[in-house]
Amino acid sequence: MQRKLFKFNGGVKPATYKTDSTREPIKAVPLPAQLIVPLHQHVGGTPYPLVETGDVVLKGQRIGAADGNVSSAVHAPTSGRVVAVEPRVMAHPSGLTTLSVVIEPDGEERWIDCEPISLRAMSPDQVRDELRDAGVVGLGGAVFPSHLKLKPANGGTDTLVINGAECEPFITCDDLLMRERAEQIIRGAEIMQQLLQARRVLIGIEDNKPEAIAAMQHAVSARAAGSMEVVAVPTRYPAGGAKQLIRVLTGIEVPHGRRSTDYGVQCFNTGTAYAIADVIDRGRPLVSRIVTVAGNVERPGNYEVLFGTPMNHVAALAGIKPGTDRFIMGGPMMGFRMPAYDVPVVKATNCILVGSPELFPPPEPEIGCIRCGECARACPADLQPFELYWYSRAKNFGKAQEYHLFDCIECGCCAYVCPSHIPLVDYFRFSKSEIWARERQKHAADVARDRFEFRNERIEREKREKAEKLAAKTAASRAAASMAAAAAPAGTSDHSEDSKKALIAAAMARAKAQREAIAPQNTEALPPDQQAQIVNADAHRAAIAPADGNIAAQPTEKSPAEG
Amino acid sequence: MLSALLVMAGLAIAIGAALGFAAVKFRVEGDPLVDKIDAILPQTQCGQCGFPGCKPYATAIASGEADINQCPPGGEEGIRKLADLLGREFKPLNAENGVEKPKSVAVIDENTCIGCTLCIQACPVDAIVGAAKQMHTVIDQLCTGCELCLAPCPVDCITMEPVGETVDTWKWHYPVIPIRTAA
Repeated sequence: MQRKLFKFNGGVKPATYKTDSTREPIKAVPLPAQLIVPLHQHVGGTPYPLVETGDVVLKGQRIGAADGNVSSAVHAPTSGRVVAVEPRVMAHPSGLTTLSVVIEPDGEERWIDCEPISLRAMSPDQVRDELRDAGVVGLGGAVFPSHLKLKPANGGTDTLVINGAECEPFITCDDLLMRERAEQIIRGAEIMQQLLQARRVLIGIEDNKPEAIAAMQHAVSARAAGSMEVVAVPTRYPAGGAKQLIRVLTGIEVPHGRRSTDYGVQCFNTGTAYAIADVIDRGRPLVSRIVTVAGNVERPGNYEVLFGTPMNHVAALAGIKPGTDRFIMGGPMMGFRMPAYDVPVVKATNCILVGSPELFPPPEPEIGCIRCGECARACPADLQPFELYWYSRAKNFGKAQEYHLFDCIECGCCAYVCPSHIPLVDYFRFSKSEIWARERQKHAADVARDRFEFRNERIEREKREKAEKLAAKTAASRAAASMAAAAAPAGTSDHSEDSKKALIAAAMARAKAQREAIAPQNTEALPPDQQAQIVNADAHRAAIAPADGNIAAQPTEKSPAEG
Repeated sequence: MLSALLVMAGLAIAIGAALGFAAVKFRVEGDPLVDKIDAILPQTQCGQCGFPGCKPYATAIASGEADINQCPPGGEEGIRKLADLLGREFKPLNAENGVEKPKSVAVIDENTCIGCTLCIQACPVDAIVGAAKQMHTVIDQLCTGCELCLAPCPVDCITMEPVGETVDTWKWHYPVIPIRTAA
């Protein structure tokens, strides 16, 4: 049956360079001397470490726990000893460090006790929690935690799309995975279909991978998965973009500001499906992935690499040719130049592209935009890259956002076709990160303003409450005094004077009562001479104090007259 | 002649009534300029400008009592934005108010803290938690780096630590445009 396919606008057809790395099967990688496992390998919160220096870990043991729901766990890729938990350079264009667990392998590869997960015995929420704790994230490159995407959408999920398009030049890891392990990918897709309660599953593969298509079709018929269909899509970059593949397979064009789930479509990478089957059927968390090594190497190929393996350790197996000046993580269109050769392979690493000046000559100098419109014709997101470029270059970020900068998927088609060699994507990335920084700043300022205003209000309120309390207290004591004054037979002529006097009298009486209420302390069992001193002091006090306690009537004023 | 007078008078009354109605109906509450200025200020609430908070400084700028170059945390960029908004000339930061520093947060040395609560009372955004005779600590996400807690501390246990760049705050550089050498 020939399915009706749709088209997305734009796109380019660069040379694929895929044949060299697909000649040999997926190969294993010997253990390196050290594995550097960064805790932050996905979108969302950084997991917090569960191990300390000196701990002995088993393969698959959780070493980083998910921090919040938008996060995922990290596991020890092999058994061994933790030699450090410290910041290490991460596989990121910034060259910044991130907290990493450094493990020295013991070479035994001892697994934890792996318990398969029964989908029948567990609720879907429990299964999603298991996937989070097994560290499953999208392996197509976006590394978004998969458990968050496996909730059925509000309107129900109609179609689950498994993305095996793999459109970027040089990269063949999904191709090889589909050729060799199709059955388990299909099993993973079944699990996802069950969790999402999707009606059908469409597996999109670019038509330049006939072996992978055949293997997947065979696996689908072998598993008798009736609602699944393998669809060959035309080879055109970026057919592997989620929105583009959904467009080609279903004809649904996801508009600005919406998600594909709003239209009942969810999309996963083949590698993710494979990893999910590993977790559910074998109880094994995500500790490795298939990585393509290509570019300036003797024997391009695909390797099953443990996370944390230094990139140069993997690339050396393929034989790095002289003249290498950089490693690129990802492909030539969307990849990032790595800050060092020994950065670790992480969950997002689909390809280690070994670069040299011959293979990737330095870009020709950028010249002025001639407004030819080639970029707009090539843009698969239907944007106008030249407008975005002008506004980004002028740092007019508001305007750039008006032209839907954030719908740009950074595929690089515009820069690929630009006759003026303008690095358009660099401008867009710059604009995006500036806008994010500004938004963070603005958010921080808003929070500070709210808190400052709340504090001022609170201080005012406390002051007011204190004053009110004091006023109430004075009013109460005044009322009590005036009651007392009214009870006594007093003249009504100067009532205020009387009440004042009564107040003073009452206060003095209170003070006297308080004075007398104080019992002398530490006066038991004193030696006789001290006891005598106390008696003397008391007598003296009684002699000088007037009997009625009226200080004004003390005899001191009279003494000069007497003398 | 009379009809012309009547038409003009009628028009005057009608337009006057419309204007009067519009003045009541579309009345602007408060001073929108103060809010616009306040939105540019960094909300550090540090008082380096000589006013007790960002809002009072914004009010002072709007009424012409204060100049636009008195906010060190806002820095040069902030002054430029204020100059743009108010249509004034840019002028460098007034050194009397302080100097522009990288964003920092207060950190309490928890071994030295005696739990006197003086810093808690000084913090304009309630970013310090603690109780009398209990150790205090700064919630770093909420700290604006105003330094107002440094002076009251009797044991000098608070220091300002610059905020480092992380992957989440890292920014792509402005693409460098190479200059071609003349032939």
